[in-house]
Order: sequence, then C-alpha cells, then structure tokens
Amino acid sequence: MPKAPLFRQITDFAHRADPYPLYEELRRTPVLHEEADGPFVISSYWDIEALLHDPRISSDATNLAAAGADELSHSDETGGLPPSFIRLDPPEHDRLRRIANRGFGPPRRPRRIEGMHGELEEIVAGLLDGLGDARQIDLVDQFAYPFPVTVICRLLGVPREDEPRFRAWVDPIVAGLDPDSRTSADSARAAQEARLQLGMYLSGLVEQRTREPRDDLLSDLVTSHGPDGSMTMMEVLATAVLLLIAGHETTVNLITNGMLTLLRHPDVLRRLARDPGLSVRIVEELLRYEPPVQIVPQRTCIADIEVRGVIIPKGSRIWLMLAAGNRDPERFKDPDRFDPDREDIQHLGFGSGVHSCFGAPLARLEAQIALAALARRLENPRLVADPPPYRQNAILRGPRHLEIAFDGLN
Amino acid sequence: MAGDYLDRLRREGRIVIVGASLAGLRAAETLRAEGFTGELTLIGDEPHEPYDRPPLSKSVLLGMASPRRTELPHRREIDAKWRLGIAATGLDLAAKRVRLADGDEVPYDRLLIATGVRARPWLKEDEARLDGVCLLRTRDDAADLVQRLDAGPRRVFVIGAGFAGSEVASACREKGIPVTVAERAGAPLVGALGGVIGAVAADLQTENGVDLRTHVTVTGLEGDSIGRVRAVHLSDESVVEADVVVVSLGSQRNTEWLTGSGLGAGPRGIACDAGCRAFDFRGIVTDDVFVAGDVARSPHALFGYQFLSLEHWGNAVAQAETAAHNMICHGADRRPHLWMPAFWSSMFGVNIKSVGVPPMGDQLMITQGSLAERRFVGVYGYQGRVIAAVTFDNARWLEFYARQIERGAPFPVEYPTMDRRPENRQPVAADFPDPSLPTHGPTVTLSGYSPADQQLVFHPARH
Repeated sequence: MPKAPLFRQITDFAHRADPYPLYEELRRTPVLHEEADGPFVISSYWDIEALLHDPRISSDATNLAAAGADELSHSDETGGLPPSFIRLDPPEHDRLRRIANRGFGPPRRPRRIEGMHGELEEIVAGLLDGLGDARQIDLVDQFAYPFPVTVICRLLGVPREDEPRFRAWVDPIVAGLDPDSRTSADSARAAQEARLQLGMYLSGLVEQRTREPRDDLLSDLVTSHGPDGSMTMMEVLATAVLLLIAGHETTVNLITNGMLTLLRHPDVLRRLARDPGLSVRIVEELLRYEPPVQIVPQRTCIADIEVRGVIIPKGSRIWLMLAAGNRDPERFKDPDRFDPDREDIQHLGFGSGVHSCFGAPLARLEAQIALAALARRLENPRLVADPPPYRQNAILRGPRHLEIAFDGLN
Repeated sequence: MAGDYLDRLRREGRIVIVGASLAGLRAAETLRAEGFTGELTLIGDEPHEPYDRPPLSKSVLLGMASPRRTELPHRREIDAKWRLGIAATGLDLAAKRVRLADGDEVPYDRLLIATGVRARPWLKEDEARLDGVCLLRTRDDAADLVQRLDAGPRRVFVIGAGFAGSEVASACREKGIPVTVAERAGAPLVGALGGVIGAVAADLQTENGVDLRTHVTVTGLEGDSIGRVRAVHLSDESVVEADVVVVSLGSQRNTEWLTGSGLGAGPRGIACDAGCRAFDFRGIVTDDVFVAGDVARSPHALFGYQFLSLEHWGNAVAQAETAAHNMICHGADRRPHLWMPAFWSSMFGVNIKSVGVPPMGDQLMITQGSLAERRFVGVYGYQGRVIAAVTFDNARWLEFYARQIERGAPFPVEYPTMDRRPENRQPVAADFPDPSLPTHGPTVTLSGYSPADQQLVFHPARH
C-alpha cells in the first residue's frame, strides 16, 4: 500500500507523542505541496519567519481560492459570530487588537499582567495545597487545566463556577480546529454551533458589564472609547470568545509539556527547584522545544509568492509548521536538545509579526510560576507513563493526562 | 609566519580600544569571547563606564529613568585596563602608540578606533556659553537638561528638528512644557526621511502643541544681564522668549585627534574597508588599525559600495563585533560588515522605525496603511529598486522590506499588500532637501567612493 502523503500524516494521531521525526522529514522539502488542492506546508525556520512578516499573507479565510477540503483550515469562526481578530487582516485586525489591548497591556495598562503575579502564586499554592495526601495526580486535570482557567475567568470577569458550562462549548470548538479528516464536516458544524452558544452565554455577562462595569477585561471591551472608537456588540463577543479559549487552552499544554519535559530532564528540574529564576529561561526554551501551538494552518496569500523557488499561487492554503521551524538545524544548534542555557532562543512559539500571540505576557508568567512551584513543592516527582496519552489535536498539541507520582509536598 | 604572529597576538598581544561607549565595550567583549587573552586597554574621554544613549532623549527626559542609571549591561567579564576621563590626543602609526591628554603614551599591537560622534555645538561661542543653552549627547548633558526641564521653564526652544530635537520636543510636551522648534527645512525629519514623511511629522508636532517654525534659522541667542539665555532671534525677524535652548544640529565625528596621523580621517569619519580595517590617507588599507561605530565610514555592497556612515545603535554593535573578530583571526576567516542600516525613534506616542538608506531614495510609496492615520509603511525606491522603508506604528512588517532591500527587489511595489489604500497605488517624489544645505542631517550619510576624505558627496536625486 502506498504511504499516505506526508501532509496527511501531520494530523495522523500516530505521530502525536513524538511528531519531531515527521517534522524532520517535512523540512527536507521546505515547500511541500503534494495534492493539487492541498496546502503548501512550510517547515523551515527562516521561511516561516519570513512569511509571518510578509504583507501578502492573509489570515482571512475569504481570501482562500477554494474553501473546504482542508481539515486544518476549517474555520472555527463561521458560525453566527463574525471572525475574531485572529482570522482578520489589517486594518480590521489592528483596530480590534488595539481596542482589546487597551485593557490588557501597555501603553494604557502596562502593569495589568505583572500586577497579577501575587494572585497567580496564590492560585497555584491553593491547587497544590488542595492535593492533600495524594501521592499520585493527573497533572492535567488537577493542576494544568484548572490554573489557567481560573486565571482567564478572573481576568475576563467570567464566573469560575460556570466552567463546566463553557467547557462543553470550548471542547467542540477546539476539536473543530483539528478534526479527523473523515469527520471534518460534522465537527466543523459542531464547532460553529458551540461558538454561537458560547457567544450567547458571554452576551449575558457583557450586557451586565455594560450596565455595571467592573475591573475586568469584559468591562474594558464594552466601555472602551479610545481613538479607535468602540467594538460593536458582535465584535465584543467574538473577541471575548477568542480570549476565553486562547486564554487557557494553550497554557494547559505549555504547563503540561513543560512538566513532562522537566521530568525527562531531571537535572534541569533539580536546578529549577533550587533557583526559581531559571523558570524564565526554561519557559522560553519550552516554547521552542515543545510549543503549545504547533501549526498555523489558517494563512493564504493575496498574490502569487515565491518561496525557495516554488511559486505559491494566490489563494493557496499555507500551513506554517512552527514546531518544525523551532527544531530547524539551520537556525538552532543541536535543535533536538532541551537546553535552557541557550544564548539564542528566538523561537516561533508565539508566532511573529502582527498576529504574534496576544496573551504571550500572561502565558509566560503563568508557566513560569506554575513550573517553579511544581519543581519546588513536589518531592521526588516521577512519570508514571512515558509517553503519556495525548489529545487528538495536532495544532494545540499536548497530553490529555499526565500521571505523576511523588513522595510528598514541600 | 603570519600564523605565528596571530597566535602570539591572541595569547599575549596588546589591544587598545579608543572610545569607551557602546562599540568599544561590545568589541572588548567580543575579543575576550573569541579567545583573546592578551592585554586589553579601553580609553574614553568621559569619566563614566560605558552607558546607553538612546534613553537619554526619551525615558530619561521624562523622568522614567535616571541619567545616572543607563549603564550598558556587560555581556561578560572583559578584564581590561580602563583609562576613563582621559582623551586620546594623537596617534603615531609608525611607532604604534596612542598619545593621551595627560601626556602618557599607550603602545599597541592592534588598535580599534571607536571614538564616535559628539553633538554639533552652537556656532557662536559666546552665545553657546549662555546659561540654559544645552546640547544632548552625553549622560551629563541629559542630567543637566532634565534638571532644567524639571525646574519648570516658561518655554524650551529646540534648534533643529531631526530625531534628537523632535524627541526633546516630544518629552517637553509630555511634561506640559511649552516648546518651540525651529527647522531650516520645510518640516521635521526631512533630512532622514524626506518631505512627504516630514509633513506627517510636522502634523504630529503641531497637533501635540509644539510651536513649529519651519524655513527659518536661528540668527542669535540673547542673554540677560547675568548671562542666562532669555530669547531666540529668528531669520524671519521674530523673537521667541525661552529660558532653555536645546541645540540639536546633528553631530560631528571625533577625528580631530587623528589629524596628521596619516589615517584617512576627517570631518566625515574614518574610512575603513568592509572588514573594518582603516585606510590611510593614500587609500591604502592598514593592517593593525580597525574602526567601528559612528565614527566609521565603510563601503556597503547593497548601496553600490559607497562609503556609508551610520549613527545607529545596532550598527555600532554589529560593526564592533565584526571588527573585534577580524582583529584576531586569520585573513581567510575575516567577515565583512554587511549590516542592514536600521534605526528607531519614538515621539509623541508614535514608534518610528526604518531600514535601508532612505535619503538615497528618490521616490516613495505608501504600501500599507495611510499617512493620514499616521500608521503606515513607506517604501523608498532608487533606480528601479527598493532601497529603504520606514514605518510609523507598523514596525512588525519591516523585516519583509529589509529582505526586499537585500534582494534588490523592484520598485515601484506592484504586488498587492495588506491594507494597501487605493490612493497609494502610485509612487510619489520622496522630496529630500538638497543635501548640501546644512540642516540637522540624516542619520545615514553616503559619502562617495573615496577612502580619503575628499569632498565627494553623494547627491540623492532631486526634482
């Protein structure tokens, strides 16, 4: 039987625990295009980096020559809500992102995230103290998931106790990003429906904040009247859905991938236990070595462009393999080695260019605090299963569970 | 054997660096990182350890950073002899010695010159001595100016609307201080970015409450009975009362100490080859004298091999690293200095960045965003190719345009781009002023093909 085309193997679950040999194979054909309607898969660091800054590259699905047929680029955002800024181009993207940023970062709120430091440490301490006498935990369900969910709920102003409700919508939305090719149409429909439901749920909170603003991001979104004007109600909802999901789904994987990597490198784990300041370098290296977002699958081009001598026609689907670029030996010395002491960690973990991760400062801080606390407090932690079971998703890649045994809590 | 000499130089040679600022420090660190274990001496005329200058006209003036706390972070131990607060006054190429102001002489096996530039002073010396007439180049200048701004002057007068002058004006407005800016050309930043972008910079100033006077020169500074500046006289015969005057007329290269040394040094800098080796006045490259940073002028492959002087932070770092590397390696391992010119500024809440050599461009195209919104990418063209780009609050696209410059991509830019506005489909004249007119000056200077300092000046196209 002939082997499946390489690009189809990207979504093949068989590669999930260790996709890096596949990525190495992908890099051998830096611009991979195997089927007429298939995507152009870009896997080398410099090419990805160049395309992330190329003003002919679009994130807007309406610029695709033909929609459908592509299991990675099914929009999660074609439901009743307009696309959020992650799926828009300048100038609309820039305007919405600037308005969203007014409540989130500099110049207006330079200390918003930094100011959450103590609060984040308390949440982490609470979760670890709550483990009681347990000597084995599932890090995902008992720590890496509840921590960022609690944080994004507080930041946005979404009641934490509503988590079971919105999780029922978030799961299909995330699954819709990366369905198995055989069920893609179904899961895309389910994702659209879930996105609409989540938007309706959030509209109740948004209406409340319009009447009584509080110190949270939802209030900032509805009350913002800066030089860019205000968002429409639909824009507020699309942005709130994006921030709620992106605000925790990726961080779960960053923390879980992080702890898994540290348990596989016990010398680094021991150093971190002694020196929490090392968490800054560790998290940067993790974003290179095991990035929580592995692929940017939603790009196209608004003109014919040339990459390494290959013409990518206008309207083609383009997949940017961030995680493959992060392991590119043309860019990083000894790329498959986890080495937080690297002098140069200019990774693609948060993307680059105008769409570079909006929540990066928060994700960094959460992962730094979480990993430093785990290293300090878990006594003699050990992996129960290696590799652990993974989630289906090839884009937002991470373990579904991570069983860790330990001797006690410090 | 050349190899033996180099091994000995690396092991126990004497390397002297004249100029203890950004380029000098980074060169020293690179020498040590690349295995130089001999004697290293850093000579600097300022009494301070190397410090960072960009904050001096920005966060320091705003009081967000102290002028005393902008030391450059050290990347590594450099184990050097520091001769700070003592200027180098002469160079004996034959005897391989640097003369110091205190009469001392420092012998070297290899020398790196990184003496940089200084602020061009007000030309009338008696007026320049008036209390309240300031320059802004050094940390001491910044400390003095901050104190004067904090004292609540009635009005600050800035002479020259280049980047430094415009940044001072921006800081004044942010502090609520009335400020007048005088510019000989038609708009701020025209020397660096041309008249089209200059007009945007002018709007930015006036909208932020700057009293901007263009097409005027300052004819005199008037003092009061106790020697404090009190008014500025302009060529249009107007008089503006001000108690602080900031002279921001560009810079002068610190090469006077090399007069008569035989090096190809003059008012436009010290010529060196792409490997940072200095030329002598005959145009013959020297073996043991290297140059880096603002004081260097070196040929650049991307710009027709013309000599280029760059007063850019990133250039100082890159050139220092290349020079240091080349000082202690074998000929075949030498690297050329091929830095893509790039600089940034921030004023009136707008982030301005540029790559390439804008003053070389004769045409300009706004390929993304719009001038009216003050968020845009402008691309400069010269003889049918992309030569430079500038962004206002749009810096994240700049890398793409840097690559276009490197590849000599065609101009005008025909392909569609994100946020291209219909009114911007055609290029317009970039509108640079006649470069022979003295003004605040661009931060990039093209100075022809001669390694000696003859008056061969490159003229950007005019209309």
